[in-house]
Amino acid sequence: MMKPGTLILHVAARFLVPLQLLFSVFLLLRGHNEPGGGFIAGLVASGAFALYLFTFGAVMTRDLMRIDPRNLIGIGLFLGMISIFPAWFQGEAFLTSQWWPVMLPGGNEIKLSTPLIFDIGVYFTVFGSVMLMLVALTETEER
Amino acid sequence: MQLSVLVIYLLAALTPWLYSKQQARTANILALLPAALTLWFASHIPLITSGGILVHEYAWIPGLDISLTMVLDGLSLMFALLICGIGTFILLYAGSYLKGHKDLARFLVTLLAFMGSMLGLILADNLITLFVFWELTSITSYLLIGFKHESADARKAALQGLIVTVGGGLALLAGLIMLAGAGGSYSLQEIFNSSEVLSEHPLYVGMMICILLGAFTKSAQFPFHFWLPNAMAAPTPVSAYLHSATMVKAGIYLMARLYPELGGTEFWINTLTSFGALTMLTGAFMAVRSTDLKKLLAYSTVMALGTLTLLLGLSTELAMMAFAAYLLAHSLYKGALFMLAGIVDHETGTRDVTQLGGLRKLMPITAICTLIAAFSLAGLPPMFGFVAKELLLESLLKGPVGLLIILMVITSAIFVVVVAAVIALKPFYGRFVPQARTIHEAPKLMLAGPVVLTTLSLLAGLFPAVTGQLITLPASMAVAGQPIEGYLALWHGINLPLLLSIISLAVGYGLYRYWDTLRDTLRILNPIIERGPEAGYFRFMQGIVIVSEWQTRVLQNGSMRNYLRTIILTFVGVTGYTLLWRYQVHWNWDVSVYLHEIVVVLILVSAAAAVSITGSRLGAVATMGSVGFSVALIFILFSATDLGITQILVETLTVILLVLVLFRLPGFSSTSTPAERGRDAFVAVLTGVLMTLLIMITIDVQLFPSISDYMIENSQPLAYGRNIVNVILVDYRALDTLGEIFVLALAALGVYAMIKFRPDTQPGANHYAGTLILPPKQVPEKHLVLSLDERKQIKEEQIRAEKLRIKAEAEAKIATETSSLTASNSSNATEDDSLNTTSSDEQSNNSESNKGAQ
Amino acid sequence: MEPIMAIAVGCLYAAAIYMMLRRSIVKLVIGLMLLSNAANLLIFTSAGMTRGAPPLIPVGAMQPEGIIADPLPQALILTAIVIAFGVLAFAVVLIHRAYNIIHTDNLDQMKDTDT
Repeated sequence: MMKPGTLILHVAARFLVPLQLLFSVFLLLRGHNEPGGGFIAGLVASGAFALYLFTFGAVMTRDLMRIDPRNLIGIGLFLGMISIFPAWFQGEAFLTSQWWPVMLPGGNEIKLSTPLIFDIGVYFTVFGSVMLMLVALTETEER
Repeated sequence: MQLSVLVIYLLAALTPWLYSKQQARTANILALLPAALTLWFASHIPLITSGGILVHEYAWIPGLDISLTMVLDGLSLMFALLICGIGTFILLYAGSYLKGHKDLARFLVTLLAFMGSMLGLILADNLITLFVFWELTSITSYLLIGFKHESADARKAALQGLIVTVGGGLALLAGLIMLAGAGGSYSLQEIFNSSEVLSEHPLYVGMMICILLGAFTKSAQFPFHFWLPNAMAAPTPVSAYLHSATMVKAGIYLMARLYPELGGTEFWINTLTSFGALTMLTGAFMAVRSTDLKKLLAYSTVMALGTLTLLLGLSTELAMMAFAAYLLAHSLYKGALFMLAGIVDHETGTRDVTQLGGLRKLMPITAICTLIAAFSLAGLPPMFGFVAKELLLESLLKGPVGLLIILMVITSAIFVVVVAAVIALKPFYGRFVPQARTIHEAPKLMLAGPVVLTTLSLLAGLFPAVTGQLITLPASMAVAGQPIEGYLALWHGINLPLLLSIISLAVGYGLYRYWDTLRDTLRILNPIIERGPEAGYFRFMQGIVIVSEWQTRVLQNGSMRNYLRTIILTFVGVTGYTLLWRYQVHWNWDVSVYLHEIVVVLILVSAAAAVSITGSRLGAVATMGSVGFSVALIFILFSATDLGITQILVETLTVILLVLVLFRLPGFSSTSTPAERGRDAFVAVLTGVLMTLLIMITIDVQLFPSISDYMIENSQPLAYGRNIVNVILVDYRALDTLGEIFVLALAALGVYAMIKFRPDTQPGANHYAGTLILPPKQVPEKHLVLSLDERKQIKEEQIRAEKLRIKAEAEAKIATETSSLTASNSSNATEDDSLNTTSSDEQSNNSESNKGAQ
Repeated sequence: MEPIMAIAVGCLYAAAIYMMLRRSIVKLVIGLMLLSNAANLLIFTSAGMTRGAPPLIPVGAMQPEGIIADPLPQALILTAIVIAFGVLAFAVVLIHRAYNIIHTDNLDQMKDTDT
């Protein structure tokens, strides 16, 4: 549906996709302490691909994504569900957050936790849902 | 005891598996369970006769005062023995009767489930549990009566039974709740032991009416008797079981159970005796009119149920003795008779007694059993039925009833003799009527039940004192709620009851000789019968249909806008009333406000206003964008960074979405009249004002301390997160968020499904359907009233045109791709323009311009 | 600020309801969008509005400094925004599908076609 030939858009889309994806991961990981988080990061990531979608169409976007949006949703929901159980094995109520601090070489500490897993689940679900709708709509449009 | 009920259900669940292994033998194996239960219950006879009761307590839902406590006393023992004992033989009988039937497993499952429910019903101590089992019997009996679900008659009869009994069940629930409220407990034992005098409670009459409605419908009392004969559409084992000892006796059981609490009042006596006598007469009278063996038996069951109700109504000790004896006698002979009728039907293929005769030689055992059972039915010595009938007449004569009721009872007694004679003599004696198939005696397993039951009937009659001592007297005492001095005897000496008995026997037999003439004479009454209660039932059902049609027309008129308007106005009315009545609004104007905030709000409001009056879709979408971004600005200005970011991102995606879909829909058109606009604007403004007031009030009112403080305080120490909003989302309220991402995923999958999956299977439709995004068709108004064929034609034409168009477009596309950059730019420009024009022209413009480029 | 916002939200609601009562199904969608914005602002305003104090805790601190905006309604609205988007997408595709089958965008005519 989108007409080819807008050179600037083409170039911009190619370069913006990785940048925006990187930015979305950044937003996701810092979300627990600064503005950001799974919802916002998921929307930013879908924004990146939405731009690409408008520029190159559904087929190429699918190729670029390599993974079906439906699978993204599945992964997201699965991660969300997984984060429920660790607390249970500790004998606490479901969904009680668990923290596993890991020391990185260089003295930095990274905190792995069930809320982080959960937030990543949210990220993938939002990302997958938005992409599923947009790609499906665009595909029918192109037919 | 809880176990006994549960085991039956468990076995029911295992039946299909068992059936796959054992086939035809399944029923015989299953019969072992009720047989064992019979023995188990029988082992408690000594305890019960010595005046004890067995209580097994088990809490179920303690918070709601609902328990699974079960109590075994004289009354429930007698019922339990009948349910399990007759149940054993019914299972054996059904195994042979339905041998090779494809749904035998299903039948056995339902039958066992019914047995379990019935047992639970008579053992339950808690009123709610009792009600649950009560309804379970209604449902399982619905399945049993409708077993031959291919037959419309069976379905109709099953539904009729269900509607009548469940309708009564509804009233019963109300009655039981009133009873619990008045008695102070849901436990029958506790109500019984409490000092409350329920008969003087102000709700007494109300609860009585409700409870009796339940009992009367279940036990087929006049005017609800009509469902019982119709239920004969069921296979014979079902009729034999449901209508001898179980289902229809549930109502009787309930009345007997509640007698100590509710019985003995003038209201009780008058209601029960009159309805009982009326039911007796109706049943007996209708029985005489019938020629179908099962119908004969069914109506005589109605008559017996009337008798039992009448006896309960009499409220004397003698009547209670008669009640228990009659109940036992009836269960024994009626179970046997139904099974025997089934055998005759099974072997000859007909149940019409006028088509039967002289079977005695071919089916000797059946004939003898029928004769003995019919003796009991008619009340001939030395059968147990005679003992019961003597007691009945005696208690009636000594009871608090008028001459009319006594006359009704005696008339029914005469009719019953006719019925008994018809059943016992007509098919087996007299001239042999040739049948279509060769007739032989029934298989042993089918005969087992009738033989045992008739033998018991005979033995009980020969040794009435023992029967009374072991079974019926404890039951009578449980009903009466106090010890009864008395014994059962075959011979009471020559007295008035005996005389009446002899008279009724003689007259009855006499009438039997002229049965054919009698039926002809009674046909005069047909018009009256056709306007009886059953006609009322059908009129009622029709009324339901009419009312629902009417209310669908008025309320569910299909106009979404009317629904919306109704919902909104109701909301405004109810909420507005509560708000203004309870609270006051404080307008706190003297807060500092900055200019830029005012500007943002003004943009927001004017954009909203512009959206609602704009005539173009592009304008609407653009102004919607301003609304969204103003909202985002407000979020950011007032410390909600995360919200601002989210809102901006979502706004962007929304615009993409709208461009993809919304512009493929037709443009705005003004179809409303000014009056309609005015009305809708009024509704809208009303809502707006209400919401404003709502906010102003919620700001002032703090009903309870906010939980936010806890979340703020513990965000870093406990949850190690400095962005409190995110901590709430992924930690404090993670379960909510989990639900929300599921909703989102579902919405996405729903969109995907709507786009990708098409149920349309018309030839050529696949392609048409695959393209969701199509330019709108110019469809003539009258399209909506076209016939289906015409529509199909139009659609096919559209499809053809569509295919041509797409083909042309594809060619154009290929051409465009090979052409220069400027050409495609010009086509882009054309498309942008076309957004403003009516989109129906859009695609054609597009393809034309593309062709031009080529 | 709250009274002004309250009036603004009232206006948004009025516009939303008015649009939803139109015959055109497209206007219904626009009304739906307005409605979700109005509802979000309603929650936001009812909780009280605070300037320049986002619910963040400074690095190294255990508690936020001074009074901060209430984080709870913000968390509620955040998910509400995303879900509203999902629902909007669903509604838009649904009405489009309905339109393709019934060939009308008039809500009053849609009721006559039980196809």
